[in-house]
Amino acid sequence: MTTALTHLQRLEAESIHIFREVAAAFAKPVMLYSVGKDSSVLMHLAMKAFYPAKPPFPFLHVDTTWKFREMIAFRDQMAQKLGFDLLVHVNEDGVRDNINPFDHGSNTHTHVMKTVALRQALDKYGFDAAFGGARRDEEKSRAKERIFSFRNAQHVWDPKNQRPEMWKIFNTRIASGESIRVFPLSNWTELDIWQYILQESIPIVPLYFAKERPVVERDGMLILRDDDRMKLRPGETVENRLVRFRTLGCYPLTGAIESDADTLEAIVGEMLTARTSERQGRLIDRDEAGSMEKKKREGYF
Amino acid sequence: MTMRHIMAKSLAPTDDVRDYLAAQEKKSLLRFLTCGSVDDGKSTLIGRLLSDTKQIFEDQLAALERDSRKHGTTGDDIDFALLVDGLEAEREQGITIDVAYRFFATPKRKFIVADTPGHEQYTRNMATGASTADLAIVLIDARQGVLRQTRRHSIIASLLGIRHVVLAVNKIDLVDFDQAVFDRIVEDYGQFSRDLGFQTIVPIPMSARYGDNVSRRSESMEWYSGPTLIEHLETVSVDEAMVELPFRFPVQYVNRPNLDFRGFAGTVASGSVAPGDEVVVAKSGKSSRVKRIVSYGGDLAQAAVGQAVTLVLDDEVEISRGNMLVSPAARPQVADQFAANIVWFDEHALLPGRSYILRTETDQTSATVTDLKYRINVNDFAHEAAKSLEMNEVGICNISTRTPIAFDPFAENRTTGAFILIDRISNATVGAGMILHSLRRAENIHWQSLDVGKRVRADMKNQRPAVFWFTGLSGSGKSTIANLFEKKLFATGRHTYILDGDNVRHGLNRDLGFTDADRVENIRRVAEVARLMADAGLVVIVSFISPFSAERRMARELMADGEFIEVFVDTPFEECARRDPKGLYARALNGEIKNFTGVDSPYEAPETPEIHLRTLGKSAEEMVDALEHWLNERDIAEDQYDSGGGI
Repeated sequence: MTTALTHLQRLEAESIHIFREVAAAFAKPVMLYSVGKDSSVLMHLAMKAFYPAKPPFPFLHVDTTWKFREMIAFRDQMAQKLGFDLLVHVNEDGVRDNINPFDHGSNTHTHVMKTVALRQALDKYGFDAAFGGARRDEEKSRAKERIFSFRNAQHVWDPKNQRPEMWKIFNTRIASGESIRVFPLSNWTELDIWQYILQESIPIVPLYFAKERPVVERDGMLILRDDDRMKLRPGETVENRLVRFRTLGCYPLTGAIESDADTLEAIVGEMLTARTSERQGRLIDRDEAGSMEKKKREGYF
Repeated sequence: MTMRHIMAKSLAPTDDVRDYLAAQEKKSLLRFLTCGSVDDGKSTLIGRLLSDTKQIFEDQLAALERDSRKHGTTGDDIDFALLVDGLEAEREQGITIDVAYRFFATPKRKFIVADTPGHEQYTRNMATGASTADLAIVLIDARQGVLRQTRRHSIIASLLGIRHVVLAVNKIDLVDFDQAVFDRIVEDYGQFSRDLGFQTIVPIPMSARYGDNVSRRSESMEWYSGPTLIEHLETVSVDEAMVELPFRFPVQYVNRPNLDFRGFAGTVASGSVAPGDEVVVAKSGKSSRVKRIVSYGGDLAQAAVGQAVTLVLDDEVEISRGNMLVSPAARPQVADQFAANIVWFDEHALLPGRSYILRTETDQTSATVTDLKYRINVNDFAHEAAKSLEMNEVGICNISTRTPIAFDPFAENRTTGAFILIDRISNATVGAGMILHSLRRAENIHWQSLDVGKRVRADMKNQRPAVFWFTGLSGSGKSTIANLFEKKLFATGRHTYILDGDNVRHGLNRDLGFTDADRVENIRRVAEVARLMADAGLVVIVSFISPFSAERRMARELMADGEFIEVFVDTPFEECARRDPKGLYARALNGEIKNFTGVDSPYEAPETPEIHLRTLGKSAEEMVDALEHWLNERDIAEDQYDSGGGI
């Protein structure tokens, strides 16, 4: 009578197991909520893991102040609907210095408003474990990372000296000040994520669906002009085009793709014929081959 | 420049996508690893698999071409290894340091592949990849044949429960596709792996670099009629029939959102369960019935191996994390002593007698290796006597835990038969264990519950038991201070005993030398003796160099709270060497004595001793006054505490 679990059921069970392990073994966990599709899946899995209870940890959004407005609206709407405890952290030093992606470039902006901001938030609340939605299929330094990824008291990842990770037996022991980043979606692929969103009817930010949007072509990317902080350069024009996003981040750093995919099925269909990886739309990964690893070692998720 | 943001329009209509996803859903999943010696082409093979199954996107290919020119080792060709060697250090050094996980699918199956490092020093990362795999591709360079690392990886794969092997004889193009070379390697490997318990070994001659027999049948090897690698991976059956095994449910998390709900959350390790089934709590033997299987989408009619669920029982039975709900008909073993295979990962060797943290999937306790029975030589399987287990070595040990754990032999259940060992100070994962069987002793020895107890014995002597643990360099003044301290205590009517390093080594510990392993055992025995004496109600003074903080911590944990008093006799090395009461420093500095603490063996000074005696410029009497003062303060504090409750 028993049939073997499907591929998605196996992934789901593994993720739930990881959530519960952290809740049982750590004093003060937190879930990093980035509002994207992976975060939506992560949140859904967290709800499942502790049902009928609510997830026994807060959700933290590190707001760079340059996220799409639709992301912020969606975030607040989800927090209200699911009733989880939402913490929002902004690096006020960065705001004071007016750090922004246009004047300072993607590297400085990401470092100050995201990496440093995250470290500030983790230190401020004293979290000893932080869930993130990273997947191993996203990028090749992520492909090397453990599910329970140790960070020293300075939040530094030492990729050359990771703890062995055997079976489903996770080493959750840390000294005071140290922490663990936990990645329940490690073994999911982009296709798995979409398939699961479809199967479970998980709400996602509407930016993933194609719609006429005002975009500017800049440096080979289509940038959605989400507010007038984005000044036009000579020769640039804003045009309405039918576009959508494969990943979401800071709007000046996230390229849209031209697409008419306005349903989940159409998105999956488009993905199956895609010839570029999803992070291709992200300016921050382009600089050099090891750029993600470098950011991760500094404490980026 | 082409516009990279413009994507091919989706041609697939919605129904096709639905059909496609339904087909994806029915696919099974195979997890495998690639292993073998350095430069046998593991990463190249994975690059080839990803490329042949169209998993590499255009932007990734472009980056790969750039990197190949910069770091590549394949001339003008694309170096596929750079696709998986994701760390900077790996690309710079051209080696694989850590395991990378990659994902691909064919029309028949989905795959998660762990690309593991070949270098001996990174064996632990290979073990990490192997622990979650069902099949191992063992690569062999056709020019090299079976190497030491081929054997080590095969043994580890076997110990970790992998039962299916593909013997990939790679770089066959470099030996002119010669069948004789292939046959000889297959014969060699067959001989070597006879006793490793593999159910299938499928040898395939291939060239990962050019793709021969990976997904495309080679035209250069008409003599080979077996499957290509992909054909085999798509069809090999690795099902372990875990669902046929007795029900095992390690309790991971107790979910109590309110007084009306108490659920036990966990992942079914084997078998299945349904509402109404009787289950037994492994450690207490209490039984109950499953009332509900709770899940987010509604209650379930059944939960089977691999599912993460929440069980609600009929009765209020006491169960916490680390316990196990099991089938009443076939229960696991519950024991505090058992034999296990150990793979050691840490640069600091496994030392019998040292205390480690033992972690199963949900349980945690402290454990010591009581007997290292032998080490396995990875070349010829010879059982070699050993006093310690060095990094990357494999051995069979007897293990004793502080509290009993529930388990099955690893050969019967890969989930409930496994554990890891964690260093108490660094928190590093230092070893992995696979349980063989419980030791009879565990079931036969029961603690006698005596009416005459420690408290009664101590009261009769009108004192509180204590263990003063003097640690410090040789010649620091431990024995002098300890002797004087005992005289003072004796004079005030206290019952005492001194355990002195030199004296104990003449009797109880005369079989021990001065290696790290022997030093650990030396301390373990003395700590146990001190504990028995404290139990007898005595004030014990231990005077031992005891250089390692791990052993002092172990001793501390043996004693009741507050009874272990660490006394750091802090005399600088130069002063000890100057005093040199036994002439030992002169000889050690001359190289005549090996493993001498402070000279060529480390002394780990206590960080937070209860009493810190800085001896320089002070007399032994002043030191003893400090000790007495401390003891009086403690006894006064305890008397107040004791009398506060009842009156």
